[in-house]
Amino acid sequence: MRRATVMGGGVAGLCVATELVARGCEVTVFDPAARPGPHSCSWWAGGMLAPFCEGETAEEPVVRLGKEAADWWAQQGVAVARRGTIVVTLGRDRRELDRFARRTDGHEMLDAAALARLEPDLGGRFDRALHVSAEGHLDPRAALIHLRERLGRAGVAFVAEPGRPDGLTFDCRGLVARDKLPDLRGVKGEMAVLHCPDIRLSRPVRLLHPRFPLYVVPRAGGLFMLGATQIESDDRRPSVRSVLELLSAAYALNPAFGEAELVEIGVDARPAFPDNLPRLRRQGNTIHVNGLFRHGFLLAPSLARMAVEAACDGTKPEFWHEDHD
Amino acid sequence: MRFYGTEIDSRLMLGTAQYPSPRVLADAFRRSGAGIATVSVRREAGGERAGSAFWDIVSDLGVAVLPNTAGCHSVREAVTTAQMARELFDTNWIKLEVIGHADTLQPDPFGLVEAARYLTEDGFKVFPYTTEDVVLAGRLLDAGCEVLMPWGAPIGTGLGLTNIYGMRTLRAQFPDVPMVVDAGLGLPSQAAMAMEMGYDAVLLNTAVARAGDPAAMAEGFARAVEAGRLAFEADPMEPRDMAAPSTPVIGKAFLT
Repeated sequence: MRRATVMGGGVAGLCVATELVARGCEVTVFDPAARPGPHSCSWWAGGMLAPFCEGETAEEPVVRLGKEAADWWAQQGVAVARRGTIVVTLGRDRRELDRFARRTDGHEMLDAAALARLEPDLGGRFDRALHVSAEGHLDPRAALIHLRERLGRAGVAFVAEPGRPDGLTFDCRGLVARDKLPDLRGVKGEMAVLHCPDIRLSRPVRLLHPRFPLYVVPRAGGLFMLGATQIESDDRRPSVRSVLELLSAAYALNPAFGEAELVEIGVDARPAFPDNLPRLRRQGNTIHVNGLFRHGFLLAPSLARMAVEAACDGTKPEFWHEDHD
Repeated sequence: MRFYGTEIDSRLMLGTAQYPSPRVLADAFRRSGAGIATVSVRREAGGERAGSAFWDIVSDLGVAVLPNTAGCHSVREAVTTAQMARELFDTNWIKLEVIGHADTLQPDPFGLVEAARYLTEDGFKVFPYTTEDVVLAGRLLDAGCEVLMPWGAPIGTGLGLTNIYGMRTLRAQFPDVPMVVDAGLGLPSQAAMAMEMGYDAVLLNTAVARAGDPAAMAEGFARAVEAGRLAFEADPMEPRDMAAPSTPVIGKAFLT
């Protein structure tokens, strides 16, 4: 395959374009914006590479394929922190931690002292925690921009107006591709970014709560991303209730978050299929790479590799579906 | 089993929130044969039927849909949500929740009666989420409700029937009113117990959706509901303090 078109410049599109370029392919990317930005839902992602934790509710392929993600991102030159994940509960939900531990792998239970050694700013607040050491995280916006710039340097054309596709098309438009994929639905996610130089965290922290689960992902410069709601809707307006829940949960994690500056509130709808697993769906001369749900940065590398292998080598990878009219 | 004149095959009702995915939700319905799906319209609602993809999935389950007013803390919110639900799902059934306490999600009995009366007059068939309180139950029936949904325990706790005396009293006071134990059940044995006591059906969400294998748990509950109902209809024996041998002792060589 010498030429290919990628529709969509979010995490799926950029990963597919990267894999195509690695195979020596001449690639054009159609995206309404010239650079990564708020129009793609990966802009609002947490950037956790946490396959083990996701295994609490996600199906087995998410855990297995997700383990490839950290290496892939690091190979592309993206800064990946590999210090694991901390999982905690508030006092009256402490049995939630046992349930979480039963349903996931790759963790060890820490007592208060061990937690304080890993994350001093959580010390004294929790009598036990799980440490999932083999997980990582990245800054999703920096990662998208890095891929975009590297592709630009490699000669990939980024075009705003979709023109005539050249060769095989990889449709990575997320929820916009509902015109071709009727079983795709939106799952609303709301997030907030705080600036809080008073708190230092070295790794993502998950607060388990039966009603208001929260994760906090540290970013450079004293920034923290709080995420994320999961609502069956493709509405894109942040609700007061959701933001209240996120901020309250962060405050419960460490009251010093109460002094933070509220930098940003974000919302978008994740593209998902009914089983919340992704698809590589071939329709004529198009391969759809879609349905990454809440696992964009976790699954896009594997899905991109499989899609490009299928196109170049004729393999029939996992999640492969062919639509015949 | 009839609610407001509509025949429902199953005595198990399932909520539709918190499942790992819509496919798992559908599996839980299929394996359990649950006859009614409750749906929260408030959270998922947005402009232009924003949640419609999910609601289509619920409609495709092929069971009766009972929209609810979960998350409403006032009469006005509950009434508005009910009216919205009627348009969205084309049904006048509404599971009425008016929450009185944000932390325990306990019903607000005063707001509940007021909203039930208003909605009944507006043509709704109201399924009120209530406590086991007998006086409150009477007021809800006076307000026009023909079904009651008393809690077993607070929502999401999985504690089972925390006031067995109260639940027996409620059942005995209104023997002819269809009653569904709603909220607080965690295990099939608790559902069986409610059915043995003569409750007509049970409604579950968290216990199934948050189980490691929701579809298997849904089937477990379905069997327990059936077992409990059979036991109730079979007129159970009365317990007694002394052992009563089922074969006569006289004439047996029991002195060897």
